[in-house]
Amino acid sequence: MRVLLWAVLPYVSVVLLVGGTVWRWRYDRFGWTTRSSELYEKRLLRIASPLFHYGLIFVILGHVAGLVVPEGWMSALGVRESVYHAVSLYAGSLAGAAAVAGLAMLVYRRRTRGPVFSATTRNDKLMYVLLGASLLLGLAVTVVENGILGGYDYRTTVGPWFRGLFALRPDITLMEGIPLLYAFHTVIGMVLTALFPFTRLIHAFAAPWRYPFRPYLVYRSRTSGPRTRAERRGWEPIR
Amino acid sequence: MRVMAQLAMVMNLDKCIGCHTCSVTCKQAWTNRSGTEYVWFNNVETRPGQGYPRRYEDQDRWRGGWELDRRGRLRPRSGGRARRLLTIFSNPLMPSIGDYYEPWTYDYASLTTAPLGDDFPVARPHSLVSGERMKVEWSANWDDDLGGGPALAAADPVVEKIAQDVRLDYERVFMFYLPRICEHCLNPSCMAACPSGAIYKREEDGIVLVDQDRCRGWRMCVTGCPYKKVYFNHRTGKAEKCTFCYPRVEVGLPTVCSETCVGRLRYLGVLLYDADRVAEAAETEDDTALYEAQLGVFLDPEDPDVRAAARRDGVPDAWVRAARDSPVHALVNRFRVALPLHPEYRTMPMVWYIPPLSPVVDALRGTGHDAEDAGNLFGAIETLRIPVSYLAELFSAGDPEPVTRVLRRLAALRSYMRDRNLGDPADPAKAEAVGMTGRDMDDLYRLLALARYEERYVIPTQAEAEAAALEESVCPVGEDAGARPGPFGEASGRPERASVESFHALRDRQTGGALVHPADRKGRVNLLNWDGQGRPGGLFPHRPKKKKEGEE
Ligand code: SF4
Ligand code: SF4
Repeated sequence: MRVLLWAVLPYVSVVLLVGGTVWRWRYDRFGWTTRSSELYEKRLLRIASPLFHYGLIFVILGHVAGLVVPEGWMSALGVRESVYHAVSLYAGSLAGAAAVAGLAMLVYRRRTRGPVFSATTRNDKLMYVLLGASLLLGLAVTVVENGILGGYDYRTTVGPWFRGLFALRPDITLMEGIPLLYAFHTVIGMVLTALFPFTRLIHAFAAPWRYPFRPYLVYRSRTSGPRTRAERRGWEPIR
Repeated sequence: MRVMAQLAMVMNLDKCIGCHTCSVTCKQAWTNRSGTEYVWFNNVETRPGQGYPRRYEDQDRWRGGWELDRRGRLRPRSGGRARRLLTIFSNPLMPSIGDYYEPWTYDYASLTTAPLGDDFPVARPHSLVSGERMKVEWSANWDDDLGGGPALAAADPVVEKIAQDVRLDYERVFMFYLPRICEHCLNPSCMAACPSGAIYKREEDGIVLVDQDRCRGWRMCVTGCPYKKVYFNHRTGKAEKCTFCYPRVEVGLPTVCSETCVGRLRYLGVLLYDADRVAEAAETEDDTALYEAQLGVFLDPEDPDVRAAARRDGVPDAWVRAARDSPVHALVNRFRVALPLHPEYRTMPMVWYIPPLSPVVDALRGTGHDAEDAGNLFGAIETLRIPVSYLAELFSAGDPEPVTRVLRRLAALRSYMRDRNLGDPADPAKAEAVGMTGRDMDDLYRLLALARYEERYVIPTQAEAEAAALEESVCPVGEDAGARPGPFGEASGRPERASVESFHALRDRQTGGALVHPADRKGRVNLLNWDGQGRPGGLFPHRPKKKKEGEE
């Protein structure tokens, strides 16, 4: 069971994430969109959506700082454990609370505004459940485990385990005895990662990072040359 | 100078009868799908009126188009790149469905399934967006024909701009229809606003399209376009816009809206322009100078230098020829009777309008004067300030001069042709008074009044352009020298260019001795040389002969 959770599931989810994204890119670029519902309703969205998205961005940055950057590097930079702990606790709770509040408002909006609700698919609902659960658990971990119960230093257990995954040396012993909330949060996070490319979340991968660097006007040729060019595989005209 | 060709449209507003045929046929062709119920690529609005979406011209509210920043450079009015990315999660400048209208249908079934009773059953409206019952309160042309009266029409942003004292007067004086499609701008701000780079302008004909595979639904283009001619398909989550019926114009057919126009008032043709001067012209500081600046971007296809440059820049000869015959070129550049819609948005729109003289004529006739007389008409154009300043707000950023000039030309034409029709000698002075010649008058009359199909639509096909490209005036050697079949046999890999193939075939034949082995000819046979007798070598694949037993 432990092997399954801490050594197999991570890789399965990464394979699904990468494979699913490639599949979407090759076969479903048309379906790759934010599916924005701003046209239907603006007032709630105006507050909820930035709250959720910016909260989430900081949550992700926090995960990078906590999981990817080893503890040693931080102390080498002169960040003491107590300082890190305080920052992660307060900034993390704030970002997490913003994301949770934003998501709660978005879900409320989705449920109560007729047009938005009728544009909601089953896929969306599953995604909201998973996203909501992992956000709530994450917030609980930060507030309960790190705040109320005193600090739990995940940077000596979850952090090294996470990095070990990338070195292809998952050390499941590190994950033994981690608090239950952490375990649930991690597992749901991995399930969400696996489903990521198959839900509307994929729009995050379309983040327009190239926009600031391109000229305002885009010219494109109707075809990329006269008809003697090679046709796309499978699209050759019958000759 | 970088010569580019643009397919453009001119609409002669005097002839529009507001029948909405263009809108309906366009909708049948392009937006009859779910998700686009509220979308009209072509819509016809009554002016004065609020338009569709409601009050879209109020750029203080919607912030479409471009503005000049402090250094005098172009910047989208809704903000630069950083601001756009920061507001990507919620865009307050995007109209919501209520600003267009909530599309609906009726539950017709209740008409036949209602139980017998004292009351007539009614079909009640249902929203096509949420499926719930709804009250119909607005539509794409709710204020059609000034329906709703002064209360609605007074909310027209253009009326608000004209001076207070003329406001209440206008509805007695005039009304006209304004059909609108996407302007296929030379400097499109929808494109500038698109974070994914999915909106592009085609190099060949200047049509502005949304790549449906690259659009990610950021809906910034809706804000960017000052004419609100990009729409968000709420089912697919992608932006859609007028396509200038590119599948039709590519083969030389007019767009659906033009083809079906009852008033036959639309003209399609090619304009040549200098792509290097577009930004400079759009940066002209004075709003009212933008019209002239835009004219300055166009190139004269009669000029041999322009034609040489066009060939250098890859504009096919057929397109240059079409530009010389182009009715759009004639109306915009030669007669200068067509004006751009809202040049002050600085997008360099490419759908042009001949402002309507009929409000003036009607007003004049209403007073009992001779409405065909040039003197009377000229006087009326001067005194009827309201229609002129209204039209000036639409077509020349508020400067009455260009609109007056066009109206005077149309008035002169009217009176000049009346003389001719009544058998009087044509009076060249009437033409000269508006800076034209008698021949100009005849040509303009032919174009505007006779408006023959093949003179209204001069559309070069893409096939002509491609045929020119296939001639391969440039030597292809070095690009794919020699036949290199792909890994899966002869038919795989990239097909050879026709010229390369025939070059090799010819060389083989000339240098390969009397008889080329069929196997070396890649199975090609010249059937023209075949007299039907026997079997020419190479007709069938070469097969090594098996020796039969008993032979030898
Ligand atoms: S009119 Fe058409 S090309 Fe111009 S900005 Fe709007 S959508 Fe873009
Ligand atoms: S079809 Fe022609 S006449 Fe009728 S509304 Fe459209 S543009 Fe006007």
